[in-house]
Amino acid sequence: MTGPRRLPAGGRIDRSRTVAFRFDGRRYTGHPGDTLASALLANGVRLFGRSFKYHRPRGVMAAGAEEPNALVLLEPGPFAEPNLRATEIGLYDGLAAESVNRWPSLRFDLGALTGLASGLFVAGFYYKTFMWPPSWWNRIYAPAIRRMAGLARAPREPDPESYEHRHAHCDVLVVGGGPAGIAAAHAAAASGARVVLADERPHPGGSLLDGPERVEDKDGAAWAERMLAGTSALLLPHTTAFGYYDHNFVALAERLTEGLSPSERAGRPRQRIWHVRARRVVLATGAHERPLVFPGNDRPGVMLARSVTAYIHRYGVLPGSRAVFLANDDSVYAASREFARHGGEVAAFVDLRADSTADADDLPVLRGAVPLRTLGRRAVTGIEIESEGAARRIACDLIAMGGGWNPAVHLFSQSRGTLRWDDRLQTFVPGRSAQAERSVGAAAGRFDLEGCIAEGAEAGAAFARELGFDAPAPPAPPERPQRPALAQTAPPAGRSKAFVDFQNDVTAADVALARREGMHSVEHLKRWTTLGMATDQGKTSNVNGLTLMAAGLGRPPAEVGHTTFRPPYTPVPFGALAGRNIAALADPVRRTPMQDWQEANGAVFEPVGQWRRARYYPRGGETMREAVTRECRAVREAAGILDASTLGKIDIRGPDAAELLNRIYTNGWKTLAVGRCRYGLMLGEDGMVFDDGVTTRTGEHRYLMTTTSGNAAAVLEWLEEWLQTEWPGLQVYCTSVTEQWGTITVSGPQARALLEPLVEDIDLDPAAFPFLSMREARIGGAPGRIFRIAFTGELSYEVNLPWRRCLPVWERLVEAGAVPYGTEAMHVLRAEKGFIVVGHETDGTVTPVDLGMERMVSSRKDFIGRRSLARPDSRRPDRKQLVGLLPEDPAEVLQEGAQIIETPRGSPPVPMLGHVTSSYWSAAMGRGFALALVKGGRARHGDRVWASATTGESRVQIVDPVFYDREGARLDG
Amino acid sequence: MARYSIFSLARNALTGHRDWPELWRSPEPRPAYEVVIVGGGGHGLATAYYLAKEHGVTDVAVVEKGWLAGGNIARNTTIIRSNYLWDESAAIYEHGLKLWEGLSRELNFNVMLRQRGVMNLAHTEHDVRESIRRVNANRLNGVDAEWLDAEGVKAFCPPISISPDVRYPVLGATLQRRGGVARHDAVAWGYARGADARGVDIVQHCEVTGIRRVRGRVTGVETSRGFIGARKVALVAAGHSSVLAQMAGLRLPVESHPLQAMVSEPLKPVLDCVVMSNAVHVYISQSDKGELVLGAGIDAFNSYGQRGGLHVLEDQLAALMQLFPAFSRARLLRSWGGIVDVCPDASPIVSKTPVEGLYINCGWGTGGFKATPSSGWAFAHTIARDEPHKLNAPFALDRFTSGALIDEHGAAAVAH
Amino acid sequence: MMRIECPWCGGRDETEFHYGGEAHIARPEDPDALSDEAWADYLFMRANPRGVHAERWMHAQGCRRWFNVLRHTASHEVVAVYPMGAPRPDLPETAA
Repeated sequence: MTGPRRLPAGGRIDRSRTVAFRFDGRRYTGHPGDTLASALLANGVRLFGRSFKYHRPRGVMAAGAEEPNALVLLEPGPFAEPNLRATEIGLYDGLAAESVNRWPSLRFDLGALTGLASGLFVAGFYYKTFMWPPSWWNRIYAPAIRRMAGLARAPREPDPESYEHRHAHCDVLVVGGGPAGIAAAHAAAASGARVVLADERPHPGGSLLDGPERVEDKDGAAWAERMLAGTSALLLPHTTAFGYYDHNFVALAERLTEGLSPSERAGRPRQRIWHVRARRVVLATGAHERPLVFPGNDRPGVMLARSVTAYIHRYGVLPGSRAVFLANDDSVYAASREFARHGGEVAAFVDLRADSTADADDLPVLRGAVPLRTLGRRAVTGIEIESEGAARRIACDLIAMGGGWNPAVHLFSQSRGTLRWDDRLQTFVPGRSAQAERSVGAAAGRFDLEGCIAEGAEAGAAFARELGFDAPAPPAPPERPQRPALAQTAPPAGRSKAFVDFQNDVTAADVALARREGMHSVEHLKRWTTLGMATDQGKTSNVNGLTLMAAGLGRPPAEVGHTTFRPPYTPVPFGALAGRNIAALADPVRRTPMQDWQEANGAVFEPVGQWRRARYYPRGGETMREAVTRECRAVREAAGILDASTLGKIDIRGPDAAELLNRIYTNGWKTLAVGRCRYGLMLGEDGMVFDDGVTTRTGEHRYLMTTTSGNAAAVLEWLEEWLQTEWPGLQVYCTSVTEQWGTITVSGPQARALLEPLVEDIDLDPAAFPFLSMREARIGGAPGRIFRIAFTGELSYEVNLPWRRCLPVWERLVEAGAVPYGTEAMHVLRAEKGFIVVGHETDGTVTPVDLGMERMVSSRKDFIGRRSLARPDSRRPDRKQLVGLLPEDPAEVLQEGAQIIETPRGSPPVPMLGHVTSSYWSAAMGRGFALALVKGGRARHGDRVWASATTGESRVQIVDPVFYDREGARLDG
Repeated sequence: MARYSIFSLARNALTGHRDWPELWRSPEPRPAYEVVIVGGGGHGLATAYYLAKEHGVTDVAVVEKGWLAGGNIARNTTIIRSNYLWDESAAIYEHGLKLWEGLSRELNFNVMLRQRGVMNLAHTEHDVRESIRRVNANRLNGVDAEWLDAEGVKAFCPPISISPDVRYPVLGATLQRRGGVARHDAVAWGYARGADARGVDIVQHCEVTGIRRVRGRVTGVETSRGFIGARKVALVAAGHSSVLAQMAGLRLPVESHPLQAMVSEPLKPVLDCVVMSNAVHVYISQSDKGELVLGAGIDAFNSYGQRGGLHVLEDQLAALMQLFPAFSRARLLRSWGGIVDVCPDASPIVSKTPVEGLYINCGWGTGGFKATPSSGWAFAHTIARDEPHKLNAPFALDRFTSGALIDEHGAAAVAH
Repeated sequence: MMRIECPWCGGRDETEFHYGGEAHIARPEDPDALSDEAWADYLFMRANPRGVHAERWMHAQGCRRWFNVLRHTASHEVVAVYPMGAPRPDLPETAA
């Protein structure tokens, strides 16, 4: 027998196998099918954890997702899962769990000392103190508060398990595999509708498995099995619908490894998040039993009445031997009967309702009695009640309470349905729907079994019919039986603490204090006291809290209202929500045709847009500076090759292509001849530079536009947006060809000599093939294009080849002596020429005029952004303008991002003139140089100012931004 | 106003805490006020407080359509910092940070400011350049700022991964040590209590339905509780700014978007600073209660729904897994949404309007919480003097006409 | 996550689309003729209603076509979908 409280028979556990597990280091045994909570209860364990604020001893109160107390850290090391509810952990062999929020041990917790000062630690106390002396707040008070708070230790190791996401569409999604949900799924699926049934527990049946209920003369499990056998409904056990979003989008978390040990889980994803788009949703989410608020109601051994029944029926565990039942609802009577039937002694039955007529068989019922306090320290030993004017003590080891039921309206409320206060049930029930869903059964405030089943079947069939399936109408659900009204929750008598929110230690007195301090709104109540903010999100506490507030204010609870229900219904691991979009799949890297070669040849990469580009190619033990200097020299003195495949390429076709370019770019395009290239700047409608690139007229009505690597998609979208939304009359089509054409730039005085042996059909001589023109040719045997454009200022040929034909050409060029250069050398070379890079020299606040590109701005046509250039601020003379900078110390390379100031060593705020946008070591000049944006900078060439960097201040001279070959003499080699 | 201290707490403990007064009264609105502030959120309450305290204007009502401080002040991720790029922004946010540093004492209400440091991560060379640019600008503006390399990031925040093998490795970060977090509700309650004590009427559940004007000048507001006259009306209703402005015939350069946030279950202390990453798009801190508090970008569409899509949260968490792979097994406890109003330049509007006697404070986008004190302070000045303070003068409505935007989007993240 | 009816491809998840902001803001025929105020109005000022909003979406991961949507900004209910260039449809009383 696995523990003294295990019943000799019964429960849905596998008694043929015994598994061993540890809790707080102690070894216990249980059975497959147990939860950690049931196995510990079977072993006579009462103390499960400590509360958040006062570190009070706590036991297990419930049997499911609503459990507020019994939180554990499951497993040590990388498989650790913090703050799991023991009531939801399927037992497996070797399981190891420890209690949380206690030190040094669960039985002896020094944190409980806070309980001694609990008179001070009332709701909101921290707002009123810890303010003196001020310096102590950050150093002493706050760190102490942090250490006290926080439940389980955080995971510290990378997660060894994986998660996945799945999308699903269905006609009817049924949430909850209890009697109503099963009936709904059965009825809908029978008509041929696609049905998904999600149930948070391991086996369908819901409340039927918690008690002795029988349906059609079968026990609950057998009925559930019969109903679901042969239906086409997809049954997802271990699956919690945790979020109900717009347009009937429901998110489910399927726990695929629940009840398996870490070694058994290997190779399986731990959880799967389902994104379900359902045409209709049936919410059969059941209800949670409401605790009673009375002094000492948090002592281990105080449980929810139906949970006592559930431990008996699900797990064959009798959670106590001698019990006192406290009822504000007739359902507790059945719980006492089950307890007695399984050998428990009912010491007393207390019905808080003086006028109750319910009958507890032979038991005397103490009607209208009031619980005053519970006895015991770490576990209940008795209760003191007031009955007929006299206080009396009753010895017991279990107090089973039932304050009525709260329909689990979480998903309904998330769907934006409005809740309605039900005075008889003393709780909120679903009111008006906002989406295509229906709540049925206990979730809708209905508690008679036949009625729940009928209501479920009716909803399933009705939805199927609405969707055009042939579903016969089942008999209408019977009238709802009139339940006896519940007593209203009243502030408890007695002096000791009566808990409303168990985990967060919010008491009835805290609710009253919040009311006195003016926190009347439920939201203020929540925020002032932390009511409902614990890991159970108020499943057992919210309704009690708001009814206490209502009673205190003398207003109906409906007027006080409820706080907002937010996803998730129960906690979901971050990793599960992240799914597979992590690590290498976080944002898949796009690869150029030369990337394998670059990796094999030791290139250092940098992320650029979705790509990773070779930044430089160190040889031997070269530093970055050495490698870049060598690469720059090669281009200036011989020839280098650059992988420019990442630049965006857009094929633009149609009779109005030139007109489109004219409207998008700042400069004119109508005169560009076939086979010629032109540089273009495009602006946002706000007049600020958005992208740049060279566009080539490749045919009569055809252009090839290049964009920056990072903006390729954005530019294509930009063109399409204007074409479709504003200029549908233009006949133009745009197609991305970025990954159709790879690009190798051959640059340097020997570029022609290197390239010539590979090229057929055309003459590379600059006289025959002038700058800013394009030729079609065969290169390395493949059909391609060559562009005479030069970002380096040297004689350059930009070769476009079909993606897969690039690498051989690259390799032949390298064999022939071309030096591969990376983006860093490219930046140095272009900066020496004063060429801008979007994202370096622009930041969304820079106009073409600021960049000194007035000549690029046509005055003879309109274009996107033009009007904004005429706004007063765009015409200010002191706008920041592109300049060159030379550090006074030629050996210095300024910090990129250094701010330009007039004089050094000022005291803040120091006026700033601009900043360094690009800064490099120039091999050609043998010195450092930079580009910068400086206020009124074009009029200040020759001035000396200062660059202020994190590394210090240095003197610099403002110069023209073109440093190298101002005449362009080198363009033709 | 009952003074709060450990002594008053102890004294009240002896009497069962039965004698604490309400934090603020709940008066019926009077027929007219000198100033009616529309919006009982953090900025509105701070405005009322500073109107009373700094300018002696106490004939003030704050009208709030729901419960006090129930908008974005109740929904944000509580991050405080002042390390903005442009001079105008740095000035107003830094003024705010200084106010924050004395706020608990000023209000006699512990707003639980924790200056644990805010790191903004850089993941690309472009990020590095722009981050250093910002650090340099911050320092010259008197805003504390440091640049950390990857090892420095790891030293400051041990649980973070700086592995070079991830998609976007951490290359470094800016650090503002004076940045941190505060208890968001407390800020609003503290201002409300302080304003109430100085005579300001705080009227909850009072929805403004119209703005009455006579010959181009405001005369008051129509509300769900009747007309309330006012010489000056100040709109401070983040999220609903366009709706209110429209009542006065104004169009704003503002769009309302959902901004979602989330928390994990409480965990023992594991993360002592605030970590923000624009490139992988997530920010995170750990609250005093132990929850990991996360946020990121807005949902793309216009909305007043206070909710967004799950995919936005999933993307944030995927980003988080790059930075803190160990947090994979922490669990999402709660997610929620607010409505932020976003300006084209990601900077606010704290301004007079073309309507005489009408003032507007809006457009704080995703970053309004940190500005609560300075926004209220500068707006109070603008209302009391009928002219902007030099701190908020650059944040006028007319900048959208002149083009003098204050672009705080961060530099456009593109490269050649 | 919303579901949006692409006029060409049918209903798809919101994540397949790009949002394009307020619809029916035509680019001025002659920007030079506009005052700075009028240009700023075109450029920046937005209706941003709490209620039915005419807005543009583009099916980025599908047909890449732009189209207009009437959507309620509080309930997120999609009231109508119509092509670019078409006038804003009149709504039945109940939809507003």
